[in-house]
Amino acid sequence: MTSIGANIPRKEAPNKVTGRARYTRDLYRPGTLYALIVPAHIAHARLLAVDTREARALAGVKAVLTGADAPFLTGDVIEDHPPLARDKVRYWGEPVALVVARDMATAQQAAALVHCTYDPLPVVNSIEDALRADAPLVHEAVGSYTIATPPASPRPHSNIADEANVTKGDSDGALKASDVIVQVHVSLPQIDHAAMEPRVATAEILADGRVLIETSSQAPFEVQKLVAQYFQLDPGQVTVSVPLVGGAFGGKASVQLEVLAYLASHAVGGRVVTLANPREVDMESSPVGLGLEADVTLGATQEGRLTAAILRFYLDVGAYADSAPRIARAIAAQCTGPYRIDHVHADVYAVYTNHTYTTAFRGFGHMPMTFAIERAMDELAQRLSIDPLDLRQRNALRPGDRTPTKARLTPSNLGSLSETIERLKPLIGWNGGEPYPVAPHRIRAQGVAAFWKTSSSPPNATSGAIVTMNADGSVNLSIGAVEFGSGAKTTAAQILAEALRIPVSRVFIHEAVNTDTDPEHWKTVASLSTYMVGRAVLDAAQDVVRQLKSLAAVVLRCAPEDLDYGNETVFVRDDPSIKLTYADLALGYQYPEGDSIGGQIIGRGRFMIRHLNLLDQETGHGRPGPAWTVGVQAVEIEYDDLTHQYRLLKAATVLDAGHVINPAIAHGQVRGGMAMGLGIASREAVRYGPQGEFLTNQFRSYKVLRLGEQPDAYLVEFVTNPQVDAPFGARPLGEHGVLAIGAALANALSRATNMSINQLPITPELIWQQRRNAP
Amino acid sequence: MKTLTGPTHIQLTINGEPRDVFIEPHYTLLDLLRHPLVGLTGAKPGCENGDCGACTVLLNQKPVKSCMMFAVDAEGKTVLTVEGLVDTPVQRAFLKHFAFQCGYCTSGFLLVAHALLHEIPHPDRHQITEWLRSNICRCTSYEEILAAVHEASES
Repeated sequence: MTSIGANIPRKEAPNKVTGRARYTRDLYRPGTLYALIVPAHIAHARLLAVDTREARALAGVKAVLTGADAPFLTGDVIEDHPPLARDKVRYWGEPVALVVARDMATAQQAAALVHCTYDPLPVVNSIEDALRADAPLVHEAVGSYTIATPPASPRPHSNIADEANVTKGDSDGALKASDVIVQVHVSLPQIDHAAMEPRVATAEILADGRVLIETSSQAPFEVQKLVAQYFQLDPGQVTVSVPLVGGAFGGKASVQLEVLAYLASHAVGGRVVTLANPREVDMESSPVGLGLEADVTLGATQEGRLTAAILRFYLDVGAYADSAPRIARAIAAQCTGPYRIDHVHADVYAVYTNHTYTTAFRGFGHMPMTFAIERAMDELAQRLSIDPLDLRQRNALRPGDRTPTKARLTPSNLGSLSETIERLKPLIGWNGGEPYPVAPHRIRAQGVAAFWKTSSSPPNATSGAIVTMNADGSVNLSIGAVEFGSGAKTTAAQILAEALRIPVSRVFIHEAVNTDTDPEHWKTVASLSTYMVGRAVLDAAQDVVRQLKSLAAVVLRCAPEDLDYGNETVFVRDDPSIKLTYADLALGYQYPEGDSIGGQIIGRGRFMIRHLNLLDQETGHGRPGPAWTVGVQAVEIEYDDLTHQYRLLKAATVLDAGHVINPAIAHGQVRGGMAMGLGIASREAVRYGPQGEFLTNQFRSYKVLRLGEQPDAYLVEFVTNPQVDAPFGARPLGEHGVLAIGAALANALSRATNMSINQLPITPELIWQQRRNAP
Repeated sequence: MKTLTGPTHIQLTINGEPRDVFIEPHYTLLDLLRHPLVGLTGAKPGCENGDCGACTVLLNQKPVKSCMMFAVDAEGKTVLTVEGLVDTPVQRAFLKHFAFQCGYCTSGFLLVAHALLHEIPHPDRHQITEWLRSNICRCTSYEEILAAVHEASES
């Protein structure tokens, strides 16, 4: 193998260091008008009136839209979401109007001239608020919404948007019989994806009825489907194109601005309208990542064998459900962490609040879920005086075990957590987890945490690939996966190069996705592109090889079975001097006399995920994804017990990656995930004021990790048990670096401070407060 | 301080080319550079508030956040954008070290690093950190960027 396992630079890398990489907002179309969201600056209110007269009167303003112009509900699972607030405002930042003007400055002026009249309502400002018996309702009609993508179980007359549960064995009985029981309550705020490119969408409606949408989306085919559905169009009328995307992290898998941009274009006779979020709007009006309150009860034997788990997760999904029901089921399905527990009961509640609505965030709920489990595991280790890594090793899921949803685990679909744990010890210099002083008031400590994750994708997720051959025998590859930094395009090119036995430089792949010309790929999410696109690419490559051989067989007067290929030639296996080049065959073969046969070599490939099912609504049993990626992470910190500040010294990840297709990109993905996870755990939080005011809509109030704040060393290693049904055995790993690193940090700091730190972010102030409140 | 009340022309040098450009009084330097008549979209709007550095360009060789200054203030000055960097050590090192993923912040980091190496040819880690803290990258771990800048400083 030459292309697989090689550090091939990203195909688009030269463009990214020269300013030639183009993102949605860089693509100017003549005649563009500019739209801007007018956000509500109240969290919960009846919307009595939106006065747009002054805004409309401003020179250069082309249209001002309000909820009355969008009389329908959106939502990919539960249709609960008016594109522009109608009758009610449910979160601070909710779009109440959309202005369209000839330039951005005029749009900004106009936005300030839209006046809303509100009748304030009591604010549901936390999960606790939402669950009170007399809680104000975020959605009065919660029980009667259309469920667009079952399952979802909204509870009438409540703030429960959905509940999912999983039961295995007799958890109550097993808990009673346990030698030790630990209980942990964790509390995590909402967080922002903070992709460097704010969300943006452009829409144009042509005279012939075609709709052109350009957007910074992870889900162009979902945009196509939903825009067609909401506006009663044929999907074929709607062309969605996505150039390079400037970071996504799940936040661009949701469909929002595309619907508004269509409405804006429609209001101005179909002209091109660009709707680009300013950063502040991107943070407060577009979806964020969910918050969590969770109660974890673990039972174990004296020897540290887990016997029972009872878990309750409350997700702060904000004002609209978006993908929360699917996230709730993903959390339920993996609720135990990567541990064998025979008796489990988990309830997951998606709770409406008057906070900004939420969507997928790198890890699809597994990051907050993992935090809860892994804090409880460390508490258990302390209670039993067992090395926390040993505790995890003793309980690690193994092939032959079953998941909480009773899915069967195999060497292929699980890999080896056990091996990753053993590899972590020398990597981090594991000392057993005991904190130790290094100077007066300076304490060093290590913390560990393990993770697992599968795709939790719909059981009918599909992907495709089209390969066309150029006259010189090189190939063009067309796929539906978006490039937002994960290297999806490059990985696909490597897979095709390997399968056709050509160098990666002979594979041409366009950066953009276009729903007209590229085959459908469900969504570029869930770390699934290598698996799904890769399988489709392999299928297309087989088709190409079959066509090359069958054409060559005619010309060379042999059977296709007599032929082999390599070095851009098709040759007779027992006499390679009898051969044709790919170039000879690419556009059909021309005999010396001039007559020709065949035609262009066009390979097509497709892949459909298999053997998945929706979890049973009663028991939660089922198979949520094709395979799990497992791993373990560690953090070493130095804590100052006077100032409560701490330094990140080391962060480590060992993950079962199967066979890694591009080690440099893979390491970068995992390290980047770790950096994000450490930022989230140490400083990131969406904060709300007492009336639900969104307080953190800039990078000076929503703080992400900056250079110089990272650990002194990031240590990443892979173990390589192949996933048999994946291309070349490669396991998903795009999201995973983020999953347990925050828990590892909390575990290290809990040990260093000798307290249970069960909240994020862990700021020195949080430690100080907790220390002060300690009995 | 110059007072503008309407559209006007200014002269400045962009990537070595003297330009006479039309501006509106409210244009930031970022607006001007990205305007279709100039067409340099390498500088990115990330926050338009000075926090993220994705819009960084060099003004008379010093990094500035082009979203935080009016275009008129660049009159008579020299602007270097990422499009003006051609095969520099910093670009080569970013490629070699895979120092970007989505690429949206990359122009800004390249220009800060380029200016740093112009000012301090062999910066230590502390100096690199101090200069590059002005910019945010959400994809990488920064370690790749540090390695790239370090290597470029050795070349």
